Amino acid sequence: MARMSLDLTVNGERRKVDVDTRTTVLDLLREQLGLTGSKKGCDHGQCGACTVLVAGRRVLGCLVLAVTLEGAEVTTVEGLADGDDLHPVQRAFLDADAFQCGYCTPGQLCSAVGMLREVGEGWPSVVTPPGATVSVSSLGPDEVRERMSGNLCRCGAYVNIVPAVLAARR
Amino acid sequence: MTVTDRRTPVRGGVGTSAPRPDGVAKVAGRFAFSSDLFADGMVWGHVLRSPYPSARIRRIDVGPALAIAGVHAVVTASDVPGVNAYGLEHTDQPVFAEDVVRFTGEAVAAIAADHPETARRAAAAVVVEYEPLEPLVDAEAAITAAPIHPDGNVFAHLLISHGDPAATGDVVVEGTYEVGMQDQAFMGPESGLAIPADDGGVDLHMSTQWLHVDRDQVASALALPPGLVRMTLAGVGGAFGAREDVSLQVHICLLALHTGRPVKMVFSREESFLGHVHRHPCRMAYRHHATRDGRLVKVEARMVFDGGAYASTSGPVLTNACCFAAGPYAVPNAVVEGWAVRTNNPPCGAMRGFGAVQACFAHESQMDKLAAALGMDPVELRLRNAMQTGDRLITGQLISGTAPVAELIRTCSAAPLPPQDPAPDPMARPGGSGRSADPDRVRRGVGFAVSIKNLMYSAGFDDFSTARVRLADGAATVTCAAAEVGQGFVTLAQQIVREVLQVEDVVISAADTSSIASAGSTSASRQTWMSGGAVEGAARAVLRRREAGETGEIEETYEHHHKPTTPLGADGQGDAHVSYVFAAHRAVVDVDLDLGLVRVVEIATSQDVGRVMNPVQVTGQIEGGIAQGVGLAVMEEIVMDGGLVRNASFTDYLIPTALDMPEVTVAALIEQPEPGAPFGAKGVGEPPTISSSAAVAAAVRDATGLDLPRIPIRPQDIALAGS
Repeated sequence: MARMSLDLTVNGERRKVDVDTRTTVLDLLREQLGLTGSKKGCDHGQCGACTVLVAGRRVLGCLVLAVTLEGAEVTTVEGLADGDDLHPVQRAFLDADAFQCGYCTPGQLCSAVGMLREVGEGWPSVVTPPGATVSVSSLGPDEVRERMSGNLCRCGAYVNIVPAVLAARR
Repeated sequence: MTVTDRRTPVRGGVGTSAPRPDGVAKVAGRFAFSSDLFADGMVWGHVLRSPYPSARIRRIDVGPALAIAGVHAVVTASDVPGVNAYGLEHTDQPVFAEDVVRFTGEAVAAIAADHPETARRAAAAVVVEYEPLEPLVDAEAAITAAPIHPDGNVFAHLLISHGDPAATGDVVVEGTYEVGMQDQAFMGPESGLAIPADDGGVDLHMSTQWLHVDRDQVASALALPPGLVRMTLAGVGGAFGAREDVSLQVHICLLALHTGRPVKMVFSREESFLGHVHRHPCRMAYRHHATRDGRLVKVEARMVFDGGAYASTSGPVLTNACCFAAGPYAVPNAVVEGWAVRTNNPPCGAMRGFGAVQACFAHESQMDKLAAALGMDPVELRLRNAMQTGDRLITGQLISGTAPVAELIRTCSAAPLPPQDPAPDPMARPGGSGRSADPDRVRRGVGFAVSIKNLMYSAGFDDFSTARVRLADGAATVTCAAAEVGQGFVTLAQQIVREVLQVEDVVISAADTSSIASAGSTSASRQTWMSGGAVEGAARAVLRRREAGETGEIEETYEHHHKPTTPLGADGQGDAHVSYVFAAHRAVVDVDLDLGLVRVVEIATSQDVGRVMNPVQVTGQIEGGIAQGVGLAVMEEIVMDGGLVRNASFTDYLIPTALDMPEVTVAALIEQPEPGAPFGAKGVGEPPTISSSAAVAAAVRDATGLDLPRIPIRPQDIALAGS
């Protein structure tokens, strides 16, 4: 069993960790760093509950090995807020009652934050008409549904998640 | 003076969209679900499960597993100190299999180890010699087959004979309908943490729906007095019925007592599919009789529910299906026979809608078939027969409470239909990939369905809830063991106390078995009424003392019961239920005839709610229930093959995503206060799931002209219908 030492930044904090090379990012966060906000819903990349941000990009924590994160900047749901000041996406989820049990919520929130950044950078989605300009201000519900379709919610709060994501655009 | 006379009522009372008290913790990632708990010295549990649906166990050798470094304990049936069985209605499910296994996934042994992967490796190292047997997987055959359990193969057999069983109508329609096995598929897999205590007992932190009944089952298996099993509710990542039954509770407590260490267990998604009960698959043969002008004369039905290997709640599920076999209609005559049987399929039990879902699919399919035979509009046929207060169920029970069925049908059917885009975006076509469907081969369909279900437990069960309210320094604290599973009971409890005591600061303390007596189960749409009633009762008792001039700390505990019910008699007649809730759904779908793909465009709904306690949360329950109803109609089924589960993953068992979720139009929330209910409010969680499935199926029939007597409707049911 090989181990490796890693330097990475998690929620703005430098961390030096020693990991079994088979450890996923999700298990590193939850089991070694005590950051249990990211959830394990399937451990197979099917549900999205473990979505975290690496350098601002959405990744599924259960499908990424921790050893790939040398020098990386990781943001989890615990790192979205600025102290007690919730991130606009968190605030919008509260205002829209965009969750019930809340288990998928950390993944939905990180996914939404990463998705809005993708849109801001002009990334098209599969529903973007060819040649259309992608921008946060022109984002509509169809685009949000498509771009958030990797995050399952069994309570069925989608009807509130979509407007919450739209409302969170700054 | 009543509280509503006040000029400036307290914020966040009854009827407001008060926010969830656990909301900030949930969005901040600080809310501790059962899988997030850790304890010093903790080890990890894992369960070894049967790979066979039916087999004799010849030998178990745990030696090789115990020899693995890091393994602390391996336990089997011989290590269970008390009764090696549990169950909600009948204690017929072994904690660990002894001589035989009866379903794929049955627990055979449990391991505690220093790491979850060590525990899994140890499980693989346990030697179990099986002699595979031919599994009994056909529910109809199970009725007369040789028993596969000492308690026999029939969990329940029910006959309802109402009115004149020989009555006939001018017009008769028949059909045989099937419902597949649906999974609750909550996002947070089963998990818990058991901590051994110095007094020989155990502290169990668990996500569950009913703490006290779990505690009693654990205590019985461990041969401990119930007081030595102390359960605390840990954060619940969804439930939908699947957390009513014991899953890993006994296993981790036993491991904790064996090792003397805290033991944590978390199911993988595959284990979750194998390790909890599902919605009963069933087959239902129906015959409806009506007059030529569309009055129902008689409903005949024969229902066979596959309960799988162990009883769970098969009996009450079947009772519901039979009682509501005719739907929310006044029917003078009925003959209904129901069977719930044991097979070597996975155990089935509670899921949102609890027997009413299956019956609704059948009775609503029949109503459409009858309307077609009569040449009558299906909505008009339903209106003509709509049940109202003063009518009787087919069990002879008088509907004494509110029954606004006609209002639901009228308001829901009157909602404007969504516009049909003459040149829709390719991505909005069924399948959603923009490339699959030939636009000329996409058909729109509209379907309608109405449902009835009971609230609370039935048939003589002594159903109650307990709550305590303490008022001190201008703030109130509520203690109640009701399980918050995401439905928002904690919000409602705050609202009720605010309303009664006119204090804004209301704290909900942790739910556990040590501080207070049972609140009953978070199921049967019952907590708003039962625990809401207990909280209201306790708060009113505090209020009386305060109004009598008492100052300082005031504390009151209240036990709330609903009016008693009785079991059904031998003829299926009797006052088995407390109250009923109704809903109507209209589905609009687009169907790709070539590929068999369905896009559910919109669900319009009207629901009987008694009183809206929290508008945002009521709407959330309606939308969420519809998501699960749509799933059952066109997506979700546990595929069984000779007793093996073939799709225990979210790649193969598909639940609706944001893309699959239709628009939801709430046409009306009918507020007619229900007598006896706290604030007149009815439970709202289950109805959205019940008739939404039937409405979607009806809409797909409308679009395709096919019979489609089975849900979920699969692509091949449409695309290959002619071949």
